[in-house]
Amino acid sequence: MSEHHRGHDDDHGHHHHDNHFNDVEARVKALETVLSEKGLIDLAAIDAIVDTYETKVGPRNGARVVARAWSNADFADWLRRDATAAIASLGFTGRQGEHMRAVFNTPDTHNLIVCTLCSCYPWAVLGLPPVWYKAPPYRSRAVIDPRGVLAEFGLELPVDKKIRVWDSTAELRYLVVPERPDGTEDFSEEALADLVTRDSMIGTGLALSRQAKP
Amino acid sequence: MSTCSTTSPLVASAELPKSADGDPVFAEPWQAAAFAMTVRLHEQGVFSWSEWAEALSAELHKPGRKSDGSDYYDCWVAALSHLVEQLSITSGPELEALVRSWQRAAEGTPHGKPIVLENDPLRRG
Repeated sequence: MSEHHRGHDDDHGHHHHDNHFNDVEARVKALETVLSEKGLIDLAAIDAIVDTYETKVGPRNGARVVARAWSNADFADWLRRDATAAIASLGFTGRQGEHMRAVFNTPDTHNLIVCTLCSCYPWAVLGLPPVWYKAPPYRSRAVIDPRGVLAEFGLELPVDKKIRVWDSTAELRYLVVPERPDGTEDFSEEALADLVTRDSMIGTGLALSRQAKP
Repeated sequence: MSTCSTTSPLVASAELPKSADGDPVFAEPWQAAAFAMTVRLHEQGVFSWSEWAEALSAELHKPGRKSDGSDYYDCWVAALSHLVEQLSITSGPELEALVRSWQRAAEGTPHGKPIVLENDPLRRG
């Protein structure tokens, strides 16, 4: 995997799957169409419901993966070698069998995930993507100017810290494992999971410090 | 979701995949959309909790289900389709035509562009 993934073009084979609806996906879209035409649902209300359930639920899965990796060196090693299997061992699997790769932040490297062409996202561990992840400005600028994008998220990294940008595909999704916050040696796995935010697993944030624990 | 929030009784649907906190979990966005549509229809009084429970239960108890429960939301979508047909909100053929239209729209959408129904070539034609 090269460090940067610039120069993707639209005929990139990985993405062919994204513009295909299987039967059940198409059926859900059809139901949405017919129900909104009849005025029985409005998409804003649906989005609000999805948001309520999903933004709170999804990232908790990823947080458990990260917390396990922080507290168990064998699991961290497994996650590094075969993220798909390590994550599946906690019961989180992608329905279409997409592969996962965990990228670990270190004192000298920060990782950031993006999908430049569409919005491939590690659903199984992070739930639904935030709106900005799917928006063209993030998708294009994360690759060209990752430091600038991170600054807009309020994340100012030291100039000598390298930033690696990982471009997701339909088949391969990334999960950022943020650095474990200082002073958390005595934390239980559950307490650690509370420090892991969604953004820290995308790379647009860091894990919360022990003081900031909600 | 905290226990004091006013959530729909749909959350109590049989076998609903849940997190440790008791909240529904979704593997893919279409599952969340199907769930949310159902919650909304119920909230608006389109069907009652017992009507929904019956429709879902019928699907969940059909033979040939996957043993790991990974087809739970497929059953959910089938139940919702049947219920909206039963309530004459749409007809079977109308819904099937839309399903195929969305599939053509997906195939006809350039990569990286949002898939909209207007991209179905038969619809444009």
